[in-house]
Amino acid sequence: MTKESSPPAPPSPKASPVDVEHLAHLYRQMFLIRRVEEESARAYATGKIGGFLHLYIGQEAVGVGAIAALRPDDSVVTTYRDHGIALAKGMSARSLLAELWGKKTGCSQGLGGSMHLFDKEHNMLGGYGIVGGHIPLACGVAFAAKYQGQDRVTLCFFGEGAVSIGGFHEGLSLAALWKLPIVFICENNEYAMGTPLSRTLSVEDVSLKADAYGMARDRFVADDVLEVQARVGAAVERARKEQAPTLVEMRTYRFRGHSMSDPAKYRTQTELDEHKQRDPMTRARERLLTLEYKEGRISALERSVEEEVADAVKFADESPEPDTSVLAPTTYDGAFAY
Amino acid sequence: MSNVRQLRFREALREAMIEEMDRDERVFLLGEEVGHYQGAYKVSEGMLDRFGARRVVDTPIAEGGFAGIGIGAAMMGLRPIIEFMTWNFSAVAFDQILNNASKVRQMSGGQFNCPIVFRGPNGSAKQVGSQHSTSMEHFYATIPGLKVIAPAFPVDAKGLLKAAIRDDNPVILLESETLYSVKGDVPDNLEPIEFGRAQIVRPGSALTIIAYSRMTHVALEAADQLATEGIDVEVIDLRTLRPLDEETIVRSVQKTHRCVVVHEGWSYGGVGAEIADRVQRLAFDWLEAPILRVAQLDVGMPYNATLEQACIPQPGRVCDTVKRLVFRET
Repeated sequence: MTKESSPPAPPSPKASPVDVEHLAHLYRQMFLIRRVEEESARAYATGKIGGFLHLYIGQEAVGVGAIAALRPDDSVVTTYRDHGIALAKGMSARSLLAELWGKKTGCSQGLGGSMHLFDKEHNMLGGYGIVGGHIPLACGVAFAAKYQGQDRVTLCFFGEGAVSIGGFHEGLSLAALWKLPIVFICENNEYAMGTPLSRTLSVEDVSLKADAYGMARDRFVADDVLEVQARVGAAVERARKEQAPTLVEMRTYRFRGHSMSDPAKYRTQTELDEHKQRDPMTRARERLLTLEYKEGRISALERSVEEEVADAVKFADESPEPDTSVLAPTTYDGAFAY
Repeated sequence: MSNVRQLRFREALREAMIEEMDRDERVFLLGEEVGHYQGAYKVSEGMLDRFGARRVVDTPIAEGGFAGIGIGAAMMGLRPIIEFMTWNFSAVAFDQILNNASKVRQMSGGQFNCPIVFRGPNGSAKQVGSQHSTSMEHFYATIPGLKVIAPAFPVDAKGLLKAAIRDDNPVILLESETLYSVKGDVPDNLEPIEFGRAQIVRPGSALTIIAYSRMTHVALEAADQLATEGIDVEVIDLRTLRPLDEETIVRSVQKTHRCVVVHEGWSYGGVGAEIADRVQRLAFDWLEAPILRVAQLDVGMPYNATLEQACIPQPGRVCDTVKRLVFRET
């Protein structure tokens, strides 16, 4: 049996006039992520990127909208599908692509790779590769803010695939018990790798898990980047002002497979096409046009993204590889322990 | 001149935590029953009263969850001490320690540190059965990015824990339920003890016994028995397993030409195997006998008291092993 519910909706963002310049800024971020991901896919095909590559294409509104609700000193922790989150949090395209290329100029000196993007300066505390394992860690980041009497908030992203594993439940349980300033964001893209929601969860409404922990919750389709910002913003304020966590479930959709090796044969072309027609990035672009943000300005903005991406690709191509001297000092701070 | 007091092992650990918490606001203790209950083994007795619930934090039974919380807090610059009621329970937090604590500095290219201490009783106690008697150091010592320490005496427990709390890397501190009441001299104003320095706790010439934690006491007892038979062995207490004090080990074996490693837990791929490898590599030309290990028998720990004692290394088994080498016919 599937239980569905709609939690009380927060004040509609449409009630207040839209800040067009802000929307343009968010659109630019989404477009940047899209273009960086497309370049990554190309680079993967030509062997510049190795290992696993999980693209964020289709889900941009989630990361961009949610992070728009943060202050720069707020922290973000996420999964291995972390490129879009890192860019939205402020990592440069150069730093990101150089990391994917495995270069010394990458955010983690080429040691982390696609799944492990860290940027201390921008409070991006990493992408993690073990499903659910980063959720307690994110709670610890929030714990530190509370311990230090600071009003910093932590956002923790994960997919609906993480909802079945212990780390999710232990994290939520402790965050609710200790009233940690954290927002849990479930990016429900309907597939845990190749397995649809209906075959992984007995209750498809992920947000209901919050009820069991006495935690606030929200649930909506992440079609509109401004709505994402507003609704995550409400949860961020709850964390900042009331030291109370929230579980926010957003329905979203990835347009590519789970990773580059996944042809996504478990879903139909019709299903994919339907979702592509609701592409949140395209919707944001259309919205800008209806708000009299002229095509010429949008094109200029897109050209600036193309230049930024081309520059980042060139930078990554031309950057040096790390040598073995980087290995020991990044394993231990201080003398190596052997 | 500083005074010397007799402290129990648990009191030495407690003093280390209290002194470091007094010294550094970023240090806090978190674990099951560490506060109101005063510690499952009374290591943290009185600490809740002294520091309050902000810094002595009782947790629900969720090792993976609270280990992860400690790691995230450490990445933000705090210095958590995470108590496992026993290291056996760390198995459900193994992912946190292996994949997050030990790797976050490396994965972030050196941007984030994880200055955290995980501590608690390890190995066997007395008839606590199969699932509460595992020696976990063999799993942890293999992981680069971690430091692993296993003191045998109160003074080392205090000095090494102080150093662990000040270390900028994740540290695994293995205690033993059977050692908590053991007393020993601890000087006042003890400074942190540097990792990677083994101690010769009994000098001798016939053979080198290498041990740590509870097994150091077993090795010393064996050495006493052997002395009555005219066999004069040297006993090294490793104190820290990672880093490992190769120099002290090698120098001793160069002197005695024979070596036995005694540890709890299974021998396959364990700390003893690592030491045997290093000794044969670094002191091959000095060896006059194979290196032998005295470890837990290669089975799960039985509940039955007699069988349990048969599984855990005893002084008798150590003596027999030593004699096989000393009286070895070539």
